[in-house]
Amino acid sequence: MTLTQQVITILMVVLGTMLTRFLPFLLFPGNKPAPKYIQYIGRVLPSAVFGLLVIYSLKDVSLFAGGHGIPELLSILLVILLHLWKRQMLLSIAGGTVCYMLLVQLVF
Amino acid sequence: MKTQLKQVSGKRERQAIKKAFLAAFPHTIPIFAGFWFLGLTYGIYMNVSGFSFWYPMLMSLTIFAGSVEFVAVNLLLGAFNPLQAFTMTLMINARHLFYGISMLETFKGTGWKKFYLIFGMCDESFSINYTAKIPKDVDKGWFMFFVTFLNHFYWFSGSTLGGIFGSLIHFNTEGLSFVMTAMFVVIFLEQWLKDKKHKSSLLGLGISLLSLLAFGSENFLIPSMLAILGVLTLLRKPLEKEETI
Repeated sequence: MTLTQQVITILMVVLGTMLTRFLPFLLFPGNKPAPKYIQYIGRVLPSAVFGLLVIYSLKDVSLFAGGHGIPELLSILLVILLHLWKRQMLLSIAGGTVCYMLLVQLVF
Repeated sequence: MKTQLKQVSGKRERQAIKKAFLAAFPHTIPIFAGFWFLGLTYGIYMNVSGFSFWYPMLMSLTIFAGSVEFVAVNLLLGAFNPLQAFTMTLMINARHLFYGISMLETFKGTGWKKFYLIFGMCDESFSINYTAKIPKDVDKGWFMFFVTFLNHFYWFSGSTLGGIFGSLIHFNTEGLSFVMTAMFVVIFLEQWLKDKKHKSSLLGLGISLLSLLAFGSENFLIPSMLAILGVLTLLRKPLEKEETI
């Protein structure tokens, strides 16, 4: 990517973020409640989007080369166990990341 | 006489601002820890991905939305696709729309600060400003301003330091990018634990996985997003019925 393309990409992210933050205030300046459909989508979409993000962050894992996805699987399991045990976001993230780094650097 | 009055009101204003700052600060301490860890990691991640510290510095300042900034690293490393960057950002940040709807009343009467409050409404700023019990003698507008400002500052300083510090790191950083996966797994899990029903979480995982297998890692995003929106729209009746049970 050229610098101009990078700037455009970042501006798109800024624009998209600001749109999601400002839009309600532009659309509903008074006290009118949002349409029912929008309220519904707002309730159910986040859970699905977080699922999409998990897959997105794993999209380049190859099942047929390297560690065959085993370091990813083990580290994700550790993240889940740590989080269910202590419910400390930072601990779960740090623990899983360190585990993954050790696995890919020393084992696989 | 007039200048005297002006001085007195100026002094009162300063005292009110100081009071609001002192009331807001303790609420942001946990965010300080979290944002410095994630911000540093984000800065280092950008650094090892080949970007100078100017990128995390300016991006943390102008975007100020953690998860989308991690995604932006991948977007910047991939092929130039502004539409995908925009759509992806909208999908990830769609939840802000509903923070906004919840804050329509609360942000009223905060004057020029309202613009910044909306600009800086990340998950954490929203959560604190929405739930904090602000003492009656503390100015609400300034309180929310400082919560937002401090969070913004933690994220900005952490990301920038990570970006600068990253080039000084000599230990092997292979696998550090897994922090992004770990973060999304935790967010996914948090949402899962909060939800009574898990259809939407499972749909998001399942549709994305199928789409990844069908379209490949370069092209699966937009089909996934459209399919998720479509299926959730089709399932509106049964899912809304579940909510009321």
